[in-house]
Amino acid sequence: MLDVIRDVQSETGSVSEEAIVQIAAAMNVSQVDVEGVVTFYHFFSKSPVGKYSVYLNNSAVSFMKGCAAIAKAFEQEAGCAFGKTTADGNIGLFYTSCIGMNDQEPAAIINDVVFTNLTVEKVKEIVAGMKAGKSAKDLVKQFGDGQNQSELVKSMVNNNIHKKGLVLFAPFEAGSAVKKVATMTPDAVVEEMKVSNVRGRGGAGFPTGMKWDFTRKSEGPKRYIVCNADEGEPGTFKDRVILTEMPQMLFEGMAVGGYAIGADEGLLYLRAEYMYLKNYLENVLEKMRKNNQLGKDIAGKKGFNFDIKIQMGAGAYVCGEESALIESAEGKRGQPRNRPPFPAQVGFMGKPTSVNNVETFCCAARIVLEGGAWFAAMGTLQSKGTKLLSVSGDCKKPGIYEIEFGTTVKTLLEECGAMDAVAVQIGGPSGTCIGKKDFGRRICYDDLATGGSIIVMGPKTDILQVVHNFMEFFVEESCGWCVPCRAGNKILTERLEKIMHGKGSATDLTELESWCAIVKSMSRCGLGQTSPNPILTTIQNFRELYEAKIQKGKDYVSEFDFAAAVKESCAVANRKPLSEGH
Amino acid sequence: MSKPVVATASLAGCFGCHMSVLDIDDRILQLIDLVEFNKSPVDDIKTFTKTCDIGIIEGGCCNSENVENLKEFRKHCKILISLGECAIMGGLPAMRNGIPVKECMEEAYYNCPTIDKNDPKIMPNDDELPMILDRVYPLHEIVKIDYYLPGCPPRADLIWEALVALITGKELSLPYEVLKFD
Repeated sequence: MLDVIRDVQSETGSVSEEAIVQIAAAMNVSQVDVEGVVTFYHFFSKSPVGKYSVYLNNSAVSFMKGCAAIAKAFEQEAGCAFGKTTADGNIGLFYTSCIGMNDQEPAAIINDVVFTNLTVEKVKEIVAGMKAGKSAKDLVKQFGDGQNQSELVKSMVNNNIHKKGLVLFAPFEAGSAVKKVATMTPDAVVEEMKVSNVRGRGGAGFPTGMKWDFTRKSEGPKRYIVCNADEGEPGTFKDRVILTEMPQMLFEGMAVGGYAIGADEGLLYLRAEYMYLKNYLENVLEKMRKNNQLGKDIAGKKGFNFDIKIQMGAGAYVCGEESALIESAEGKRGQPRNRPPFPAQVGFMGKPTSVNNVETFCCAARIVLEGGAWFAAMGTLQSKGTKLLSVSGDCKKPGIYEIEFGTTVKTLLEECGAMDAVAVQIGGPSGTCIGKKDFGRRICYDDLATGGSIIVMGPKTDILQVVHNFMEFFVEESCGWCVPCRAGNKILTERLEKIMHGKGSATDLTELESWCAIVKSMSRCGLGQTSPNPILTTIQNFRELYEAKIQKGKDYVSEFDFAAAVKESCAVANRKPLSEGH
Repeated sequence: MSKPVVATASLAGCFGCHMSVLDIDDRILQLIDLVEFNKSPVDDIKTFTKTCDIGIIEGGCCNSENVENLKEFRKHCKILISLGECAIMGGLPAMRNGIPVKECMEEAYYNCPTIDKNDPKIMPNDDELPMILDRVYPLHEIVKIDYYLPGCPPRADLIWEALVALITGKELSLPYEVLKFD
């Protein structure tokens, strides 16, 4: 259903009530089901979004890099405010959550085309082009590095690979992993994964060998491999670079997974923001089919059948959670499922499914080639191999770094040119914010776990502003199913605002912490269970920032403004507002 | 020791929480032994005649009169309790939050189904009327609140136990079932 709605959206610029009725009838589902899906995702809209719809990223790093000025420039040039479309319906301006371009912000997506490193000058040119009726693709003047220049991508996005390691960005010979795996038994493949001790690269760190073992042993007439390419954690863009430069290795990794668990179908769930890569990836898949690296009897091995389909997302952070991703891939709202049963038991279409991260599949391909022991020789006790990091924020060389697990934050900061860093957000908003005293800590599951997002904050960045941006992100991205997450994140954000406005007291700070504990412990999925982290970890590591904002010696301060509160109703009733206590 | 003095009020609420207070059944006789009521709909005392130990308020603040009442309570009560969903979060009345005040008032006085199309459109604006606030506020955004008793309405047992705990100084037990509503 996502594909149908997506087509309607891009063909007609909206999914109107009328379209909803038609889709519901044609697909034999209720109108409410269709409407539920349309209103769930960022890139679907019931009202027209304009012939050109501009989605400007409003993530914290985008603001560090001047998003506010860019937004103003768009508004001035286009002649309409954000959240609206121009009177002639030509241009629509909208904000969206992190689009995976944190190393080249400010960035925006216009009709599926990505525009990076925006300046006021560039905005003027882009808007002029839109007014002249040029296609968004034609407004891209310069192409980025590597495969971004290839005929099927032609994007201005840059890879910015600053450090290559042995696992992901070492040379990879096309077809080598499927050829090797065809000589092994599925048991041996799972065993090799276990020996390597590779853990899920999306952030949660579940042992991949164990996951494949569970899925393989689950009863079912059919099993699925799903690749999670929905990297939505603000500050993460590593999978984008893998998809751009190493798609062959990724797809072979998926085939390896399929062979191991006994699945003949794989699904790449690609986030909508990376639509610009779809044709290019389809082309890679097509080539692989021709070369007997996908399809029937792969690498000449009888019965080694595996093929991959690409399923586009539609803009929703929560779909990075594996059960929400499966719901979304099935064409529904991306709301997490109750667990158990786990996807390994009841997954995509109710069948046993292994959902793994893009980077994990690449590791699997490399492990098959080099052996589990080779892989396990790198890293720390509980974190083997290398990790791809997306570094952004206040540093000289933002981009991609493949590091060995166990590297200290300090070493990384030296490499990316951020010696004046004051704070580092490890693992995106849902991770941990650490200060200088912790820069000696190591990046690995045993210490500072991360799915790959590293956001550096220098002396000029207002840390509380960043925390506030992260909280607004969680409010926006909560799927709304459970109250602790839906209402809780709003309550946290408002209480934080009260403190930031200088209207907080010591009580507010204490209550803020207890609200954090409630949201963390009562939420249904990982989103709400981690969303208070920006507040909690900064209270822990930067308590002085909060202390400086609260009013000392008072146990309660109210932000209520009587005169402002009655102003509007008195104006409507045409009466003179009376002062308080009158 | 003299009996603790209790005051209660319903602001932007439905009086359901007060009904729940009455729902303590025959324990109301014990309650009369335990406490003395001052300003409250229970005894119909309209103004504070002394400082109270405990103030219990149901409902949030939707207009200027609510705000004044609430501030009076804060001034006269040593301990203030937010009773029920509306007091704690705004509750049902807060469903108008997010809809412009103008739209709400026009719906109520110009466009609602009971208004005849031929009637002149009148927006009440007498100075005696309370002024509507821009949104419905929970109590703790306007004055300091000491305790919160959740529920819609809070169960009679919870109210009873909370009051007894406050008066006797014994710790209140709040099992999971009391805080879980769905």
